[in-house]
Amino acid sequence: MIWHNIKVGFHRLGSPPVFHRLCRVVAPWLWAGAAICAAFGLYKALYLVPPDYQQSDSFRILYVHVPAAWQAMAGYLVMSVLAVIALVWRIRTTEIMAMMGAPIGAAFTLICLATGSIWGRPMWGTWWAWDARLTSMLVLLFVYLGIMGLYAAFEDKRKGARVACILILVGLVNIPIIHFSVEWWTTLHQGSTISFFGESSMDSSMMPPLIWMVIATKLMFGAALLDRSRNELIEQDRRKGWVRQKLGASA
Amino acid sequence: MTPRRKKRLAVVGLIVLSVSAAATVAFTALQENMLFFISPSDVHAQTLPGDRNFRLGGLVTEGSVSRDNQSLMVSFAVNDGAHEVPVTFQGILPDLFREGQGVIAHGHIGEDGVFHAREVLARHDETYMPNEVADALEKAGTPHTVDMPTTR
Repeated sequence: MIWHNIKVGFHRLGSPPVFHRLCRVVAPWLWAGAAICAAFGLYKALYLVPPDYQQSDSFRILYVHVPAAWQAMAGYLVMSVLAVIALVWRIRTTEIMAMMGAPIGAAFTLICLATGSIWGRPMWGTWWAWDARLTSMLVLLFVYLGIMGLYAAFEDKRKGARVACILILVGLVNIPIIHFSVEWWTTLHQGSTISFFGESSMDSSMMPPLIWMVIATKLMFGAALLDRSRNELIEQDRRKGWVRQKLGASA
Repeated sequence: MTPRRKKRLAVVGLIVLSVSAAATVAFTALQENMLFFISPSDVHAQTLPGDRNFRLGGLVTEGSVSRDNQSLMVSFAVNDGAHEVPVTFQGILPDLFREGQGVIAHGHIGEDGVFHAREVLARHDETYMPNEVADALEKAGTPHTVDMPTTR
């Protein structure tokens, strides 16, 4: 009985008006949570955490760089799951969500590349190097841009979404490559600092702001995804009854 | 699940599987070319032609750095625990360059057996800690030693 209810609830999310209402209710809470976590995390990162023994204050940029990099990859995984659901079940709201994630993921990738470059200039001595980690991250940016371009190239939005969903699945292979690039090959980029199963090579006094920023970026992604999906849905359905009813005479 | 959806799911699985297989084959073939740098042991194991440029990566040997007072000339040695290669470089070194830290030099081996670097990049070793922790480790007799990946 419970399983049945969950299933019905899930299918109801495929209904545009229900989805629209859910996004409108949930997104502001996610934005608020993201703002609080980011404010907390940035304050700790910039004022409370002690400077690094080698890099002094320069290391603080990692509190933006690392969460952005993780979100760029996590966002892609979310889009991949949505793409599978969209391709198999052909649920329109899922197709829209998979497509709307791309610009957000691209933005996080860009933040990751930019902050890494700014840090790399003084620390490494170069803005950019064609090592496996940096290159695979740049490829992720191009994959995101490719998804956006492919979706935009189709007159029929549903067709465009389906084709772009296939591209999402093709690009999925890049995610493990990004993660393991620092282990499989020699790179200029350092190995992973944070380990979920072993010991992390970052002192525990430096960890809390990172955790806050990671939560903040997750919430930010979710909030932006819901807002963008809702807008796209209204845009596509602007001539339909439920939108006119919702927006009243202004539509 | 309806038979149609099952079929679509199978196609989706097939796409992911075939792309992964293709990537695995391609990257296995390209293994050597994907390396950003090679270690001093690699340099010792093979004789590289003098005009070939490559990247050499390792730790700056403790006590090996000497600077010329009249110019920007610096000489130091790079090691990976097993072998060592002497390096000369003229230019400005990055902030993280210091003895015992990882470094990647781009250049070629001269006839004198010295690596002439055109560019020197510092490599960070993924460890972050405050000064107090680093000092405490030093005091306890177990100072943090930098980790550098080797290719051999």
